[in-house]
Amino acid sequence: MSMAQSRRDFLGMVFGGFAAAGGLAALYAMKRTWDPLPSVMAAGFTTVDLSPMKEGELRTVTWRGKPIFILKKPPEENCNHLPDETKKRLVKIGDSEYLVMIGLCTHLGCIPTWEPEKKIFHCACHGGEYDACGVNTFGPPPRPMDIPPFKIEGTKLVLGEEGPEYKKLVGKA
Amino acid sequence: MAHFTKANSVYEWLDQRLALTKLWKVLAAEYWVPKNINFLWAMGVVLMTMFTILVISGIFLLMYYKPDTKLAFDSVNYTIMQEVWYGWLWRHMHAVAASVVFLVIYIHMLTGIYYASYKRGREMIWISGMLLFVTFSAEAFSGYMLPWGQMSYWAAQVITNLFGGIPFIGDDLVIWIRGNFYVSDPTLTRFFMLHVFLMPIIIMMLIGFHFYSLRIPHVNNQEGEEIDFDAEAEKYKAGLKKESKVIPFWPVFISKDLFVLGVFMIFYFYLVFYHYDFAMDPINFDPANPMKTPPHIYPEWYFLWSYEVLRGFFFNVGPLSAMDMGLIAFGIANIIFFFLPWFDKNDEVAPAAKRGGFFIWFWLLVADMIVLTIWGKLPPTGFNAYIGYVAAVGFLALFAALPAVTARKKGLLSLVILVTLALYIAGYLEYTKALGNGIVIIALFAIFYLLFFLNPVFVKNRGGAQ
Ligand code: FES
Repeated sequence: MSMAQSRRDFLGMVFGGFAAAGGLAALYAMKRTWDPLPSVMAAGFTTVDLSPMKEGELRTVTWRGKPIFILKKPPEENCNHLPDETKKRLVKIGDSEYLVMIGLCTHLGCIPTWEPEKKIFHCACHGGEYDACGVNTFGPPPRPMDIPPFKIEGTKLVLGEEGPEYKKLVGKA
Repeated sequence: MAHFTKANSVYEWLDQRLALTKLWKVLAAEYWVPKNINFLWAMGVVLMTMFTILVISGIFLLMYYKPDTKLAFDSVNYTIMQEVWYGWLWRHMHAVAASVVFLVIYIHMLTGIYYASYKRGREMIWISGMLLFVTFSAEAFSGYMLPWGQMSYWAAQVITNLFGGIPFIGDDLVIWIRGNFYVSDPTLTRFFMLHVFLMPIIIMMLIGFHFYSLRIPHVNNQEGEEIDFDAEAEKYKAGLKKESKVIPFWPVFISKDLFVLGVFMIFYFYLVFYHYDFAMDPINFDPANPMKTPPHIYPEWYFLWSYEVLRGFFFNVGPLSAMDMGLIAFGIANIIFFFLPWFDKNDEVAPAAKRGGFFIWFWLLVADMIVLTIWGKLPPTGFNAYIGYVAAVGFLALFAALPAVTARKKGLLSLVILVTLALYIAGYLEYTKALGNGIVIIALFAIFYLLFFLNPVFVKNRGGAQ
C-alpha cells in the first residue's frame, strides 16, 4: 500500500468516525424529543379520600389520564377463592378492604363497565369479562386488571407513589 | 461546458438547458405499455389522482385545522365545516378520498396477484407497492386521529396499545410513542406532524421508486406474455402500429386511462356529494373523552380484515394467551403479502384462471378477506367469535398452503388442509368449552406454524406450465 493510499484511508476513517458520532448524537436527541416532557411526568400523582365511600360502591378516579377503579368490598367478599398469586388483591385502608386497580382492559385498553347485579366487569370492545376481584374470567384479556402504584396516608390513597402496602401487594418487598 | 447556440423560441431555449424533448420521450411519449391489458391496469393513474386530491384538499384543511386537544374538534366541526367557505367540500373530499383510495389499492393489489405481476423480475414493483400500502395505512391512521372525536381517540388508544405486546420494551414504548401515559396533546401534535409532513414525503418518494421499478421489467399484460419491448417499440415507430404489441404511454395509453379515471371520478364525486357519511363515523362527532369508551370500537373499513385477524383468537393455548396469538397472527398478516413472490413457487407468469389450483386459492383469499372485513365490524360476541377464528386461521392457512398449491405438491397440501380442519374442530370444542387447554391444541398450533414457516423454504420450485 502506498503512502498516499493509507493516508486517504485514514482520512476516510476519521471522517466516517465523526459522521457516525454525529449521527448517533442526532438519533439520541430525536429519541429524547419524543420522550414525555418533565411536566407530564411530574403531573402523575392523585390523592383520594376514601372515608365517604359506602360498601359495595365503585368509584372511578382519574390518574395519569387513566380511570382507576376503587371498590369498597363488603366484609364477606374477600377474594379468597382466587389462586394464591392473585388472592392478595385487596388493600386494607382504615378498617375496610378495598380493591384498587387500573380500570383499563388488559387486552387493548378499553374501559370495562361494572355490572353490579352480576358482579362482573364487562369490556364491550372484545367481550372480555372480569370477576368482582378484577380477575379475567372470559375472553381475550390476558391477565387481571393492573394495580397502580399507591401509598396509604390515613384514609387517603395517593396514586403514583409506591408505598409499602403496594410493594407487599405486588410482591416487590 | 456544453455548447449553446442562439435559440429560436422559448421552448428551444429551455430544451437546450433542460433537455425537455428527451425527458418527455423517456417519461411518456416513448414509455411503452403492452396493448393487451384491460381497465384494471388503469388503477395506477386512478391512485395517483386520488393522492393528488388528498394533497390539495389537505392543504386547504391545514389552513384552519388546529392541532391542540382543546381546539382540534371545533376547528374541524365548527370552523371548517360551518364557517370556511367550501370547507365542508374539502373535508368531504379528503375523507372520501382517504377511504376510496384503499378500495383502489386493494383492487390494484388483487390485480397484481391475479395476473402474477409480482414475479420473474417484477418483485421490486411488488415490494415498493407493498411499502406504499404500509405508508398509506400509517397516513390514514394518523389522519383519523386529527378530528379528535371519540373514535379518533379510542382507535388511537387501541392501536398504540398494540405496541405494548412487544416483549420487554412494550410498556415503555407505548408511553414513548404517545409522549404521555395516555393518548393526549403530545400524541396529537406528533401524529399531526407525521400526517402532514413526514408520511406524505415518504409516500411521494416511494411513488417515484414504484414508477422507476417498472422501467426495467415493464408492465405485465393479460396473458402474462413475455414481450420484447425494444423490438415491438421499433415496429410501432416504423408505423406498424397494428402489428406492434405495445403502445406509447402518451398519448395512446393515457386516453384509455383517462376514460377509466373519468368513470371513477363520477363515482367519487357522487360519494363526496351524496354519501360522504360512509367515510365519517357518527361516533366521531362526539368529542374525545378519555373517561368514556364507546360501546364498540372498530377501525375504518379498510383495516377491518387485519383487525379481525387480531381479534380472531379467543382462547389461550398453554403458555400463549389469546392476545399473544392474536398479535402474532396480526403481525404475520401485516407483512405476509411482502413475501408473496417467495411463497408462490411457480415461475409461470399467467392469469390465475390458467394456473389451476392457484385460481381457487385466489378466490378463497378474496372470500376470506371479505368475511374478515364483515366480521371485523361485528361485536365479537357469541358465535361471531368462532367465525372470526375460522376466518383468521383460514387467512394464515391460505398462505401456509400457497407453496404446496403452486408447486403442485398434493400430499403437502392435504396436510395443511387437515391440520387446518383439526384446528377448526379444536377451536369449536374450545368455543363450547368442551376442551380444556389440551396438549392437542398446542400440538396442532405447533404443526400449523411449522408448516407455515417451513413450507416456503423447503418446497422446491416447479416452474413453467405443465
Ligand atoms: S379491550 Fe377489552 S376485550 Fe379487548
